Amino acid sequence: MNGFPILSLMLLVPLVAAIACLYSNARTARMVALAATLIDFALGIVLWTNYDIGGAQWQFTERVELFAGFSWALGIDGIALMLIMLSVFLMPICIGASWNAIEKRVGEYMAAFLLMELLMIGVFAAQDLFLFYIFFEAGLIPMYLIIGIWGGADRIYASYKFFLYTLLGSVLMLIAMLWMVNEAGTPDIPTLMAYDFAPEAQTWLWLAFFASFAVKMPMWPVHTWLPDAHVQAPTAGSVILAGVLLKMGGYGFIRFSLPMFPEASSQFAWLVFGLSMAAVVITSLIALVQHDMKKLIAYSSVAHMAIVTIGLFSFNVQGLEGSMIVMLSHGLVSGALFLAVGVIYDRLHTREIDRYGGLAINMPKYALFFLLFTMASIGLPGTSGFVGEFLSLAGIYQVSSWVAFVCTTGIILGAAYMLYLYRRVVFGEQKNADAAAMPDLSLREFALMAPIAAVVLWMGVYPESFIAPMRSDIAALDARIARARPVSDAQPTPGKPQAETHHDTTAAHEGAH
Amino acid sequence: MDWSTSLRLIAPEELLSVAGLVMLLTAAWAGDRASRTLSIIGVTALVGAAFLVAPALCAGSMGAETEAFFGQFRADAFASFAKLLIYGSAAVALIIAPAYFERLNAMRAEYPVLVIFAALGMGIMVSAGDFLTLYVGLEMNSLAAYVLAAFMRNDGRSLEAGLKYFVLGALASGILLFGISLTYGFTGSTSFAGVNAALDGAISTGAVFGLTFVLAGLAFKISAVPFHMWTPDVYEGAPTPVTTFFATAPKVAALALTMRVALDAFGSQIISWQPIVIFAALASIIVGALGAIGQINLKRLMAYSSINNVGFILIGLAAATPQGASAMLVYLAIYVAMSVGGFVGILMLKDVDGNHVESIADIAGLSRTRPLLAAALAMVMFSLAGIPPLFGFWGKFVVFNAAVAADLVPLAAIGIAASVIGAFYYIKIVKVMYFDEPVGVVTGKSDWAHGALLAGSALVISPLGYLLTRWLGAMADNAAAPLFHLM
Repeated sequence: MNGFPILSLMLLVPLVAAIACLYSNARTARMVALAATLIDFALGIVLWTNYDIGGAQWQFTERVELFAGFSWALGIDGIALMLIMLSVFLMPICIGASWNAIEKRVGEYMAAFLLMELLMIGVFAAQDLFLFYIFFEAGLIPMYLIIGIWGGADRIYASYKFFLYTLLGSVLMLIAMLWMVNEAGTPDIPTLMAYDFAPEAQTWLWLAFFASFAVKMPMWPVHTWLPDAHVQAPTAGSVILAGVLLKMGGYGFIRFSLPMFPEASSQFAWLVFGLSMAAVVITSLIALVQHDMKKLIAYSSVAHMAIVTIGLFSFNVQGLEGSMIVMLSHGLVSGALFLAVGVIYDRLHTREIDRYGGLAINMPKYALFFLLFTMASIGLPGTSGFVGEFLSLAGIYQVSSWVAFVCTTGIILGAAYMLYLYRRVVFGEQKNADAAAMPDLSLREFALMAPIAAVVLWMGVYPESFIAPMRSDIAALDARIARARPVSDAQPTPGKPQAETHHDTTAAHEGAH
Repeated sequence: MDWSTSLRLIAPEELLSVAGLVMLLTAAWAGDRASRTLSIIGVTALVGAAFLVAPALCAGSMGAETEAFFGQFRADAFASFAKLLIYGSAAVALIIAPAYFERLNAMRAEYPVLVIFAALGMGIMVSAGDFLTLYVGLEMNSLAAYVLAAFMRNDGRSLEAGLKYFVLGALASGILLFGISLTYGFTGSTSFAGVNAALDGAISTGAVFGLTFVLAGLAFKISAVPFHMWTPDVYEGAPTPVTTFFATAPKVAALALTMRVALDAFGSQIISWQPIVIFAALASIIVGALGAIGQINLKRLMAYSSINNVGFILIGLAAATPQGASAMLVYLAIYVAMSVGGFVGILMLKDVDGNHVESIADIAGLSRTRPLLAAALAMVMFSLAGIPPLFGFWGKFVVFNAAVAADLVPLAAIGIAASVIGAFYYIKIVKVMYFDEPVGVVTGKSDWAHGALLAGSALVISPLGYLLTRWLGAMADNAAAPLFHLM
């Protein structure tokens, strides 16, 4: 793609469609939104097929000096490419999920979602620190409206909490960014990724960025906005929140915290490990006792995100690749699980687990998909969840056996709460007559679930397709942070080299055969 | 320095004085019938004056060739920048007024005359090169403003606003004059250049007192905490077009004057006033944010919002660098656009009989009855909260950037963290308009001029505003330079 501004085009399509949606009736707005998201998905595929694996680190770069102090600079590496693909893949599904569920103010709803898409692509594609911040922060406005207007009963409390929590996290990051740009003299992200800030300054900068990303991620104990926001958001809102918005925190760590402040990242690794361990155990236990399906999945998201953070801060290639795969996999799987909840919520208008039961009898197709996503969430081999979690835990095991040990319990607890959920909803007796009378998946719902299921299996069986574009970027990141790598607690000692004679005898032995 | 040069430099003031006097005479003979015509003349005069001041800004004029009347008056780029904002705000106040007052049968010919004289006074304030010029301009503006606040003679709240404004404004002027006299006593000069030179080096306690009193008097005028108490009452009580005027033009003038006094007259004693400004900035941000939370009246809320915004602008002053001064001017320009948008939006809230609606509860569900108006108000609110991609973010961005560049990182961090408190009440307005069920109060039609002004300011604060950043930044840099020519 020589010089064609495809990234700008990907930003422009949803913007134009959003404006069109605002001024059209419900039916047209749905069609416009679906068309725009599909066009963006097609552009995403073009982007992926034209991405030169092993080529330049930053591809599809654009730079226009439009503003004072920062510029319109876009460009992607493999990590950003994968996250953009995740966003554009989930967006048409979100629009489809809201096709019938949203009846009031459809035009505004679709416009808000299209703006979200614009901002998410912008976050992952921005190559200017302040442009990144603008995209990152602007997401608050559409998400606030989505939760507040189309949410459930407690939507107002949830929308305030979401907005103020994430805003407080981000503003301190802005001050840190201003300081960095004053120090380094440029807001260019690739330059800053190679700039060495003084270690004592890194401490403060890291903490400011951490305040923002930890809230977005979300990490325990600043995760409390997430269950509220999820429960109150409409289905598609939950899908986007879990699928892509949470990835902004992880992307922030991998793009900013680690390469820009390697020493501070190493210095605070204990903090990340401690919070992640607490998150895995505590939120898994909380998930176990939930009565509300969405809340359960929301808490499981926090636990999965903790696996992402330990992978990132294990400072080795396995951990980094693993956490990227966990992010992608969790985006798909938790999005699909929220869709699955949405399907039965649309029929019965309740998320209470007790109100369902025995759905395998009257909704066999649904039960099949739900089972697949449940297994992927647990991390069964053959699904995407296994690949990511295994790599992350293998990565952290090289650094700390204790962290690996505690976080692995998360897999067991994850199996517990997910299987328990599945048993109560899908198996057992059909104790509620209205639940027993629900029809199976419609064609539309089938069309929403099937692509995600296909990608989940694809990622589980052949993850190379997804790791290949990121490999060189992760290797570069690994080389960058190698100097600050924490010492492993296992202190492995290399084994004694075997005596030369042994080799000789083996060779002789083989020769004898 | 001959008289002809001086008279040429004060051409915008001459134009406005002549226009004001002609309008006064017309008003005396033609009476209230002529008020619309007088408004048109007033707007024309302001536009003409704006064209007269613009060249100095574009050329970045400073130094001796801009000094009129032996340094008492300065027609430099800084004054031009402030005057452009003042004249623009005054023109807005003239455009929005007739529709409002005529419905109440209260449109009088004095209104445009008073606005023009206030604008003239403010022009003199920002051009002051001497404490006496400063005081003359300030009082000229204030006297017109007191009358404007009480313009609805039959309305108790308006009279209360006028009286409060007058009593507290007179007190502030007294404090300011006391400070000026102390400064004069300890430095032997009333000219900014003379004070600056006399204060170079060690400072006496008396001069510190003078400086503090001058700044306290100015803090009244810009409604910075702890001298902010009059603002909510006056903003609420004054007729809405007058409140729009108060929130924009005098704010610009008083802040520009504060910059001139602090950076020019007291520019050699930054260390003495910096703690005062830092305190006022943080206190204004926090008190402005906390005070707004419980408000049920939109105009009162906007009053606290303006206190809050003054705090952010003062952070640029605390930096005491050319970058900080430039950032303040950028913020001021954006703030004027946001305030005009906010108040014009409030003016457009009318019930079925055409009565103006000011209560927050009455705009519930506005997004469904008047979607465009609600969208514009929501943009103003998000912009005031400083959420990107709206243009209000840029103002905060440049101000905090200047503070960070001046090594005031803790101030910037506390200030921006406190801005989250402010975000709470801004998003509350959005919540009322978008999330709540419609109450169906706001149904009345509005004047087309109001709609056009609202659309214009919404355009500026939309993300398209960022395309202005380079130009605005260059102009603000031009304007900030004259303040530092002595350093």
